[in-house]
Amino acid sequence: MKIAVCVKRVPDSETRVKIAADGRRLDEAGVKFVVNPYDEFAVEEALQRREKAGAGEVAVICLGPAAAQETIRTALAMGADRGILLQTDAIPADGLETAKALAAELKDGGWDLILFGKMAIDDYNHQVGPMVAELLGLPCVTAVAHLALDGGKGVAEREIEGGIEVVEFPIPAVLTTDKGLNEPRYPALKGIMAAKKKPLEVKPVQLGAGGVEILAMTPPPERKDGKIVGEGPDAVPELVRLLREEAKVL
Amino acid sequence: MSGVLAVCEQRDAVLRKVSHEVVTGARRLADALGANVEAVVCAAAAVPGSDRLGAFGADQVATLANAGFARYAPEGCAQAIAERVKGGGYGAVVFAASATGKDLAPRVAARLGVALAADVTDVAVDGGAVVATRPVYAGKALLRVKLAGKPAVLSLRPNVFTPVERPKAGAAEVVAVSVPAGRVTVREIKAAEAGALDVAEAQIVISGGRGLKEPANFKVIEELARAFGGRAAVGASRAVVDAGWRPHADQVGQTGKTVSPTLYIAVGISGAIQHLAGMRTSKVIVAINKDKEAPIFKVADYGVVGDLFEIVPRLAAEIKKLHG
Repeated sequence: MKIAVCVKRVPDSETRVKIAADGRRLDEAGVKFVVNPYDEFAVEEALQRREKAGAGEVAVICLGPAAAQETIRTALAMGADRGILLQTDAIPADGLETAKALAAELKDGGWDLILFGKMAIDDYNHQVGPMVAELLGLPCVTAVAHLALDGGKGVAEREIEGGIEVVEFPIPAVLTTDKGLNEPRYPALKGIMAAKKKPLEVKPVQLGAGGVEILAMTPPPERKDGKIVGEGPDAVPELVRLLREEAKVL
Repeated sequence: MSGVLAVCEQRDAVLRKVSHEVVTGARRLADALGANVEAVVCAAAAVPGSDRLGAFGADQVATLANAGFARYAPEGCAQAIAERVKGGGYGAVVFAASATGKDLAPRVAARLGVALAADVTDVAVDGGAVVATRPVYAGKALLRVKLAGKPAVLSLRPNVFTPVERPKAGAAEVVAVSVPAGRVTVREIKAAEAGALDVAEAQIVISGGRGLKEPANFKVIEELARAFGGRAAVGASRAVVDAGWRPHADQVGQTGKTVSPTLYIAVGISGAIQHLAGMRTSKVIVAINKDKEAPIFKVADYGVVGDLFEIVPRLAAEIKKLHG
């Protein structure tokens, strides 16, 4: 199994968002960056598939700034074999530009599987995986929460509103991974030491400007101050009255 | 006159309600662009409900019909829609950011070679260009973007574009489309428990957290949900999903679902920042927690402090009375 996993460097989910002085992006000062949580499911799945097959390669590809080498090292510490950083300081807001750069790298790579997280928890674009599939002409299943592979075929389950879609697809394919697919391992000390010696290739890339112009990043509207209705079950009738008469939601 | 294409959804040959929101959003854009709204549904044949899309502002309704479209056909639908758009004259293409829309919209955008603004919560037109507002960092910030693509492609977050009746002709046609058999096929749909609503689409969401103490105690949450007569979904905090008490599909927060119901009731949830991010756009928030210092009370419109095992059953009883 030859598997490529595309990962992204994102602010940790506990980050308090502060907007930069230009009013268009996150102020990164003091922000802790991590591997996008959904991408960890992709890395874990690739490792398990390689382990099951007893042979193969897991390559981790990341598009991002120089500091994203750390993101790749984390995936290498989990057990991936090698990393490629497509280095750029300017990631446009247009996911199609990211997809084009990744597709150019992945093209003709002879991958059995190309894995992505179903979305990144920073920009919430949930689009780069299926766009790469389209650009490469590969079959694609998104938001995979269960996966069975047998020979050249796969069966994936993906959550839809009120149910589960069972999807069949041929390999090679592009898959995006959802929570529930597996339990990502923590890098062990041995893995962290080994990761330092694994190959990590840095390739500068220049992305197009794309079709999305950021006008402004703003804080979400403040919620107006709420009130404590009361303590204990005796407060419930008043709560129900407020929901009916004041909030008008019942 | 340019058009706005509203990509609607069906399941089991019934139009999905989120389609009304898509047409409503498309109508808003079309009014600003001076355009018509054309609603399309990929299906095996015209589905019940598609004839009603005119009521929400569709000038035309086209069923893109193919025997392979009875269930969602990712590649066939993407091709049929992309070809329709390439046929010309569309200023914008609007999807729902539903499970299907999140899969389909990027495919169509890539085929058209244009950008996609995903999970949009507001739309406007400025100098002829589509401007979209979308939450980033799970709603900890809002990004306002101008889309240069012709057409502009957007997906709308469910539950945000409240359907508005705007009667238009809604002239219906069925267009047979011919596409190759897809490589990716939906073999089967396993239905969730009867009547189970998705947290992302429900009007009322009641979420439980660690305060429930053990998984079996979620029955008090489920009981409260039932009291709302099938309109409420049960959600969960990351802590209890990670502990395996609840399925990941129920998780509300930055690594789960972001929700905007009319009423969100947080039970035994302290309010970690990543949870607050996922539910703060709810219209009304109620918090029930024993710790009056819990951060959840800072975003709640109404709070009740105390033992949830006493408060929630009482609330269920009062709600039942209303619906009785």
